[in-house]
Parts: sequence; C-alpha cells; structure tokens
Amino acid sequence: MIDAVGLHKTYRLKKRQVHALNGVDLHVESGEIFGVVGQSGAGKSTLLRSVNLLERPDGGTVHVDGEELTSLRGARLRAARRRIGMVHQHFALLSSRTVAGNVGFPLEVSGVSRARRTARVGELLDLVGLSDKARAYPAQLSGGQKQRVGIARALASDPKVLLSDEATSALDPATTESILTLLRRLRDELGLTILLITHEMDVIKRICDSAAIMEDGEFRESGRVLDLIGTPGSLLARSLFPLPDNGGPETVVITYPRSFDEPFMSELTRRFDVDVNILGGGVEQVAGQSVGRLSVDMRGDRRREALTYLSEHGLLVEEAGK
Amino acid sequence: MNTNPADVLVLAQGGGAVTAVTDFLAAWPDMWPSLWLGTQDTVYMVLWATVFSVLFGLPLGVLLVATDKGGLIPAPAVRAVLSAIVNIGRSLPFIVLMVAVLSLTRFLVGTTLGPTAAIVPLSIGAIPFFARLVETSLREVDRGVVEAAHAMGTRKLTIVGKVMLPEAMPGLIAGLVMTVVTLISYSAMAGAIGGGGLGDLAIREGYQRFNDHYLWATVILLIVIVQVAQSVGDLMVRRLSRS
Repeated sequence: MIDAVGLHKTYRLKKRQVHALNGVDLHVESGEIFGVVGQSGAGKSTLLRSVNLLERPDGGTVHVDGEELTSLRGARLRAARRRIGMVHQHFALLSSRTVAGNVGFPLEVSGVSRARRTARVGELLDLVGLSDKARAYPAQLSGGQKQRVGIARALASDPKVLLSDEATSALDPATTESILTLLRRLRDELGLTILLITHEMDVIKRICDSAAIMEDGEFRESGRVLDLIGTPGSLLARSLFPLPDNGGPETVVITYPRSFDEPFMSELTRRFDVDVNILGGGVEQVAGQSVGRLSVDMRGDRRREALTYLSEHGLLVEEAGK
Repeated sequence: MNTNPADVLVLAQGGGAVTAVTDFLAAWPDMWPSLWLGTQDTVYMVLWATVFSVLFGLPLGVLLVATDKGGLIPAPAVRAVLSAIVNIGRSLPFIVLMVAVLSLTRFLVGTTLGPTAAIVPLSIGAIPFFARLVETSLREVDRGVVEAAHAMGTRKLTIVGKVMLPEAMPGLIAGLVMTVVTLISYSAMAGAIGGGGLGDLAIREGYQRFNDHYLWATVILLIVIVQVAQSVGDLMVRRLSRS
C-alpha cells in the first residue's frame, strides 16, 4: 500500500548538513500497522512527512496505493493527500472551530455539501465515541478526546492510509492505551493501512504488525514484529525484552515466539541431564501473541543436544558469543 | 490685572474649581453644535481610514507572513521589499507624513482641506501599522494546524481564509482596536492642518483663541470615543477567544 524506495533528504543548517533520510526503503502492506521507532532526530518524522509529501525528499520515490506521489504537484498532489489521513502529536485542531467543525474541515475544503458533511461528521463522531461533544470547542476537551477528534478528522475523507505522527506521545498511559485500541479497531473495521512513528517501544509491542528501527536516517532493521523477535541479534527483541547482561560463556537466550504448553525446562533436565539456571526473562503480548524470552545458564555434557531439541520445537536459541 | 475683592474671597474658599465647572457646563449648549459637527467629522475620518487600513493592511500583513521562509509562498526578496515599505511608513511621524503626501491627497480628493482629504494621510499612516499587527497575530497561529491543513489537501488561499485568519481572529480584532485608537489620535493631528474634526476644534478654538472650554470639551469627547472603541473591541475579543 505504501512503497517508498531510496528516500534521501538532507537539511542544510548553518555549518553542517543533516542527513535526515539516508536511503530508506519502506514497504507497508495493505491492512497492516507499521511502526517506525527511533530516538528524536533519527529521521522518522521526516520519513512520515515524505509519504504525503509534506516534506519533498531530495531523492527516491513514494507510491501510495499504486500512485506515484513524488511526481505530483499542485491540485493532483492535494487530491492525493486527501486520500491519506494524518494524526498529529499535538492534535493540530482549529481552536476557533467546534469539534464538528474540525471533523468536517477536510470535507469542507474538498467541496462536500453541507448536508452530506453533517451526516458524515455524525458517523465519524460515533465511530470515535464523541457524539456528545459535537458542539464543544477543543479547549474544552481532554487530550485523549482531542486526539479522537484528530482521528475522526483524519478519517473524514475515507482514506485507505492513515499516518500517525507520535499520536500518543502527548498522552498519559491510560489514554495512550485507549487511543491505540481505537487505532487497531479502526484498522480491523475499516481495513486501514496505518504507518505510525513513535519513540515508545510499547506502541510497537501493542499494535504493530511490522516495525522498523530507525537511526541516523537509516533503518537498522525492519520486518514483521514476530519475525524480528525470532531473528538472532534483533535490536527490537533486545529493546522489548531487556535481559540481564551478566551471562557467562554458558549463557543461552531462548525466545518463545508463541506460547507453548510443553514444559521445556523440566524436560531438558530429565531428558538431557543438564542443569538449567534461569537468569532472567519476561513474557509480553506482542502483535496479539504471547512472546517470551529467557536468559538461562545451561551446563551439562549433553548441552548441545538439549539446544538442538529446543530449536527443533520452534524455539529460538542464541548462545553467548555467537 | 484688576482683581475684584469678591473673586479673591471665592478663590480663598476653594470655589475656583466649582466656578470653572459651572462656567464650563453653562458654555456647553453654545459649544455643542460645533462639537457635534467635530465629533461627526472625527468619526467619519476614522471609520473610512479604518476601512482602508483593513482593505490594504490585512493583505499586506498576510503577504508579510506568507512570503517569509517557511511560509505559504516563500519569497525572501518580495518580503524584504514589503517589509522595507512598511518600515518607512511606520518610521515617519504622522504630522510629517501628512505634509509629505499633500500632493497625493490633492490628486486623489481634489483638495487638501476637510475630513475627506484627511482620510488619505490617515489611511497611509495606519496601513503599515495595522499590517505589522496582522503579521504578529498570524505568526502566533500554531504551525502544526497549518501543516495539518496542508496534509488534508487544502489550497493555500483556503488555508489563509479558513485556518490562519480565523485562528488569529482575537489578535486581529485587538490589532484593529489599536489601529482605531491610533487613528483617533492621528485624526486630531490631522485637524492641525485643516483636516477638521475634534482636533481642529481644539487647535482653532481652544489653542488659537484661548478658549479652554473647547479644549476640555474636545478632550472629554475624544476620551469617550476611545473608551467606546476599546470596550467594543475587548468584548469582541472575549467572545472570539476559545482557549
């Protein structure tokens, strides 16, 4: 649904150049929630703005739903932008308009009649659960409510793609949770494709199907979240499951890409006569699945056989120093 | 000066101020026809000059913001020229500007005397003033909101009309009130070179003919007009403010 190839963008500051995008390839499947995570200054905001050409990349191409946006200008670019919704960190609502006026704004500027606008605004406010606030002004709303208005507005012109610029970063944890739940529900109900940027690993963990870790204008790794977690040496896995770094040469990190009924650890000791000492670990809900990571110290003559046994059962084994 | 003993007695009793006030009130009916005419002339000049200030100053202010780097239509050279023109207009003392544009006034109105002629220098003086205030208010508009409008595929002119101006409205109204108050003060100066209005009365009757009653009366009327303008403006700003 979103295909960006070879994106480059350089900002010239007074004394130095900043490579905000340094050859980024981004592929987001239809109906997928794709999260780009990184520190501030990593270039993720520039990447997001390149998708709807709020920032024009110096090099590379952007296709959204089969249409090349990078070659568009003027009226055709504006028309293409109307097919892409965007949600902003600080909501970006018009303080002089009511909630209904804000949600109806994109329809108004694309020339939809007042009667159809009113009907559509009603539907959208229903969708985000704010029907009773139609006549309130943004200043009278909480942060979470403002973001719901922002989401309703982004969906007004029935886009297939939603861009989310740190949509939950200005919100408290409970509100963040409710906004993320809303985004996932909208994806499920409307078949939206969502590209979001965030600096919170938690967002990736909670709603993303795919993710990329961005640093210095480049993707360090990207792919399906569950695949990444199962990839040896994955930065994402390490960020999601911080494990103690006190392992000796016998330390093994075992990843459970899903939940298992088999009692592997006790089986290892029984079958292979190894000693297993658990150093640390955790279980997280990732992309709707329970995923676990264990750091264990494993000793015994048949250690090698034990590790092979785990791999054969679908667990991912990473040995220290390998 | 011949001093009447009775007057000295009254003064000693602190009756001077009282007498002055009663004298002033007694003179009011005689002064009223010319004061009313002066008030009408002042309001007439100020209103038309306000109309022209908005007509030219508002687009000028919008252009100052739009042509800036990061604006809707970045054009540093255009902005530099516009800004220089505005600065020239702002740096001339009004009384000098008025004399400087006399030939333009004659060309546009046919005369340099009377309230209609005064509208020309008043407008020229107030346009750059209002333009700067418009510029300042528009800069206060959240850039994120403007970016969001771009993301929604909004045309630039629509962004000005439906995003920037409505969002800046309380500031714009406050700026307009400031402009009106400044125009009232300018209009009194315009009176000095035959513009008519309350300033003209104060100079001709009050200053040149030593009639203090006219001076006080014009001061009171000018204060009333400024207060009314300010109060109406404040009320509008309060009603428009949503945050």
